[in-house]
Amino acid sequence: MTHLGAKGKLMAVIGDEDTCTGFLLGGIGELDKHRRPNFLVVDKTTSVSEIEEAFNKFVGRGDIAIILIGQNIAEEIRHILDAYKEPIPAILEIPSKDHPYDSSKDSILRRAKGMFSAEDFR
Amino acid sequence: MSGKDDKIAVFPSRMAMTIMKARLTGAQKGHSLLKKKSDALTVRFRMILKKIIETKVLMGQVMKEASFSLAEAKFTMGDFNHLVLQNVNKAQVKVRSKKDNVAGVTLPVFESYQDGSDSYELTGLSKGGQQINRLKKNYSKAVELLVELASLQTSFVTLDEVIKVTNRRVNAIEYVVIPRIERTLAYITTELDEREREEFFRLKKIQKKKGERRAAAELLKAEMALEADGNYDSPANLLEDSRDEDLLFDN
Repeated sequence: MTHLGAKGKLMAVIGDEDTCTGFLLGGIGELDKHRRPNFLVVDKTTSVSEIEEAFNKFVGRGDIAIILIGQNIAEEIRHILDAYKEPIPAILEIPSKDHPYDSSKDSILRRAKGMFSAEDFR
Repeated sequence: MSGKDDKIAVFPSRMAMTIMKARLTGAQKGHSLLKKKSDALTVRFRMILKKIIETKVLMGQVMKEASFSLAEAKFTMGDFNHLVLQNVNKAQVKVRSKKDNVAGVTLPVFESYQDGSDSYELTGLSKGGQQINRLKKNYSKAVELLVELASLQTSFVTLDEVIKVTNRRVNAIEYVVIPRIERTLAYITTELDEREREEFFRLKKIQKKKGERRAAAELLKAEMALEADGNYDSPANLLEDSRDEDLLFDN
């Protein structure tokens, strides 16, 4: 964790085209020196294994602190997300345009429910 | 190594008892400290959980707004997705992490900051500039919120792990270490008591033997005095008499 403070870290996005576009306009997009992007546009032709591969690549990269992933895509690789335990990079599930946010599917909130009832805090 | 008779292997002596007592106080102190730590972490944990849920709900709204402004911009400008997706260069928003300390646990806190220039400065120059600006602003807001959420979530995961470990330790001390020391102490006490009873019995026995012997000697002396009629030699001298009789093992 010590190496984190020195240099600014990036955020990565895995999401549909519109979500990616939005966040890139928000200014988080970057190409590294091998010209690999820190985002993955998922459309209906993208296979699950491609998403898995991209996710694992983002997790393995040292310069990414936060990974944003659309919830509908997170559902596809739920087995990886549930097994993922590291604090950094943090995985955030975000709602996409045509899939409203459902808190009962979120890995973190599901874990939280095991301890307390999330409804108590509403 | 568990069960009713599980205890630390020590020789039952006073010294071992002192050591065990010190260990018991140490374990109790450690237990109360760990309990306090666990409580402090749990308070923080619940606070974070509450914030996460609030922020998640807020995120839903912000994302909705952002998506809507994207739709607005698309309506004015036509499809510009490829323009943006191909035009990536350097990140403008970066994440810095600081450390927060709760009861000896370091929690990373993310903080977003602006770095470098906007690479989409010219997007929307011909038309839809206003919509693009609003879109950018909305998404920047979303990014900020998500960064905050990410640090909350990271703290959540870290704290979750630490609380589990701490509770495990608290329970281990409460249900394994302290009972074991207590059992050892009880064992040492019973052993010492038993030894004391043995010792007492032994002393009683010696006293009885001595009494018997003294009575016999008195009797003998009385007889001799009666025989010699006051003309008998001086009482036995310990220094001159070289034989020291065994007191206990004499039948």
